Amino acid sequence: MAVLSGIEVEQRPAHPRKNRVRWTASDEASGLALISPTLLYAVALLFLPILIVVAYSFWTQDYLTIDRTFTLQNYQTALGEPIYQDLLVRSLVISLVVSVVTVTVSYPIAWFISFHGGAHKNLWLFLITVPCWTSYLLRVMSWKVILGYGGVMNTGLLSIGIIDKPLTSLLYNSNAVVITLVHSWAAFAILPIFVSLEKVDRSLIEAAHDLGDNKLMSFLRVTLPLSLPGVISAFLIVMIPTVGDYVTPKLVGGKDGVMIATAIQAQFGKGANWPLGAALSVTTMVIVSAAAGIAVLALKLLVRMAK
Amino acid sequence: MSGRHGIPKSRWLPAYVTVYLAFLYLPILLLPIFSFNNAATTTFPLAGFTTKWYASLWHNTALLEAARNSMIVGISVAILSTVLGICAARAITRYRFRGQRAATGLIMAPLFLPEIIFAVSLLMIILQLGVELSLVTVILGQVIFCLPYAMSVLISGFGGFDRSLEEASLDLGETAIGTFRRVTLPVVAPALVSSLLVSFTVSLDEFILAFFLSGTEPTLPVYIWGQLRFAAKLPGVLALGSVMILISILLLTLSEIIRRRAEHRLRAQGALNA
Repeated sequence: MAVLSGIEVEQRPAHPRKNRVRWTASDEASGLALISPTLLYAVALLFLPILIVVAYSFWTQDYLTIDRTFTLQNYQTALGEPIYQDLLVRSLVISLVVSVVTVTVSYPIAWFISFHGGAHKNLWLFLITVPCWTSYLLRVMSWKVILGYGGVMNTGLLSIGIIDKPLTSLLYNSNAVVITLVHSWAAFAILPIFVSLEKVDRSLIEAAHDLGDNKLMSFLRVTLPLSLPGVISAFLIVMIPTVGDYVTPKLVGGKDGVMIATAIQAQFGKGANWPLGAALSVTTMVIVSAAAGIAVLALKLLVRMAK
Repeated sequence: MSGRHGIPKSRWLPAYVTVYLAFLYLPILLLPIFSFNNAATTTFPLAGFTTKWYASLWHNTALLEAARNSMIVGISVAILSTVLGICAARAITRYRFRGQRAATGLIMAPLFLPEIIFAVSLLMIILQLGVELSLVTVILGQVIFCLPYAMSVLISGFGGFDRSLEEASLDLGETAIGTFRRVTLPVVAPALVSSLLVSFTVSLDEFILAFFLSGTEPTLPVYIWGQLRFAAKLPGVLALGSVMILISILLLTLSEIIRRRAEHRLRAQGALNA
């Protein structure tokens, strides 16, 4: 079922090619013709806009006009100004923590559904994904209600006598941002891991047991390495989008939880400086991609060592 | 202790799953609980039952306007992403061509991008072209965002499709259009409906693109965002939010039921043919 299992579609072999040569050529043409409306749409409204962002990042804002001479000045500002440095570092750290936590807490759930879901796997997956399909804005708002000074957590703890005055440390900091983001992205982590666990040949695990591996060893040596592609997809699908999250830091982050998206947005608002906004966007993407790449390599290495 | 296939089953895992589900559902259940609470604050213990916050929604013209905008955007986005999704999903599952991976990658890319970056990039290109921000620009942007979801649903729907049925139909003299209408369509219809429902739900709840691209016509999430600054407006927002969550869950459940029934039917047919 899994709506998101399509992510893995590229790994699925396409229909076997027919032997008739004339048909192969026509297959190619038909395929391209059929995909072209969607592809053109994506090129026009996704690929070109991104190219424009990259172009803008090398230009300068001259009051109301744009000076199109090539410059690296925006990148100097983006990487050199302490405020942007802080925001970039914090965004990166938060997205890294969120993705590690999300993948770690979600793995057992994916494992449970795949290995013990029985006839109700689809129902389980549905139950897990439903919360993630409800409004993101409303879920963040709900966390604000839970963690606030006069919120559910504080008034609840007060009324049962665990604390005697409301905790102020719950809301408006990076922890609140991390909790909220982990909650938001849970299903996105579970689905790819589930898909890859489904592909693990169960007899290999049995073989490991028969050959004397205990639960932990067979997990580390068989299940985990074989499900690694799913773990990596889950990690990327959580980490890269969360680095640019706008709503969560705005609503629950307070002063200590501001992330880079707020700075990017500001460049397109009143104090308009599109080129700087563009440079901040590009910098964020490049840095998060690099960080994600390093994290994936580290993960692969760790798993290999555990083997 | 051993489960099926000799896979070890642990005792703590079901407990963990329960806690995890509670963590997932708690924030979503809190909104409806407080939306019936007879107080303007969100504190325990609850202050008594009321439906006044829901009643107040009906007299709020700004909200009804936003709801109308959301409907227009949601329906347009659902139709556009499903039509574009059908083309791409069909091309990918039916044919094999050079550049297939790159094309699929580009269409699926929004799943792996921070939303703010393509919201900003769309804003730049739209303003650069001198186009006025309106619901149309929201629709254009949200289609990009919904396409990966529509595609996933459609690919899994088309993937199980038996090509020999179409070939048989063509061999027996049916035209290409006739084959599509009488053979292909009935089999893939559940995936189409699913894709429409999922895209509509995603659009209904989408905030960032709507926030950047809607100009002076807010959709429901943009309207809610505007209300969040006022503490006194919170109960009304909670009631509205509860209605939206209910709609999302109903649409998704419907989509899931349709898809599952289709899956069962396909499986039964497969068993029959074998």
